[in-house]
Amino acid sequence: MEIFVHISDLALNAGEVSQMVQSPSCGAIDIFVGTVRNQTKGKAVVRLDFEAYKPMALKEMTKIAEQAAEKWPVDKIAIYHRVGSLDIGDIAVVIAVSTPHRQASFEACKYAIDTLKETVPIWKKEIFEDGEVWVAAHP
Amino acid sequence: MKINILAFGIARDILGESVLEFEWNGEPRVGKLKEELQRKFPKFTDLASLKIAVNEAYAKDELEIHEGDEVVIIPPVSGG
Repeated sequence: MEIFVHISDLALNAGEVSQMVQSPSCGAIDIFVGTVRNQTKGKAVVRLDFEAYKPMALKEMTKIAEQAAEKWPVDKIAIYHRVGSLDIGDIAVVIAVSTPHRQASFEACKYAIDTLKETVPIWKKEIFEDGEVWVAAHP
Repeated sequence: MKINILAFGIARDILGESVLEFEWNGEPRVGKLKEELQRKFPKFTDLASLKIAVNEAYAKDELEIHEGDEVVIIPPVSGG
């Protein structure tokens, strides 16, 4: 089993990340690509600013990958996250998972992105024309 | 005890700085630190959650903090 985790200041390339998890023993690669949306609750978003507590974020991303490999027959998994200032359409996160058969790759990839959103110390701020807000900060 | 506390996201906005030098004579446990932070900076009580990481891992309230530990305020995360 191989794990690749990375936090990048530079643009992410989903094709490159999916190639990293290619494996001759696997018939399935599932990829999740999270991109910057142009609105939230009907309000136009100008851009998103992401920041990470990098050393811990990498540890938590590694933990997620290890947990996914315990639950499903993961051969390789890559979790890449972008930080910095992102424009509409930019890629914020790429997760790629290879498994022998497709069902496990869907489930492992979903687990990875769902858990990342809950545990990895990365924060995003939505920038609007008339203000800004840290996403999910308040109930 | 003097500890340096790092803050990210909205926690940095609430403190007004990314590193807080915190002089603290109470019981050196994570739960007590949270209470102290919420008392000194009431805006922390408005957040959906407030966690503390010690040495790059989420810390339980019972964990004892030692001088030299890396202590970080973790407001609600929103990656992805």
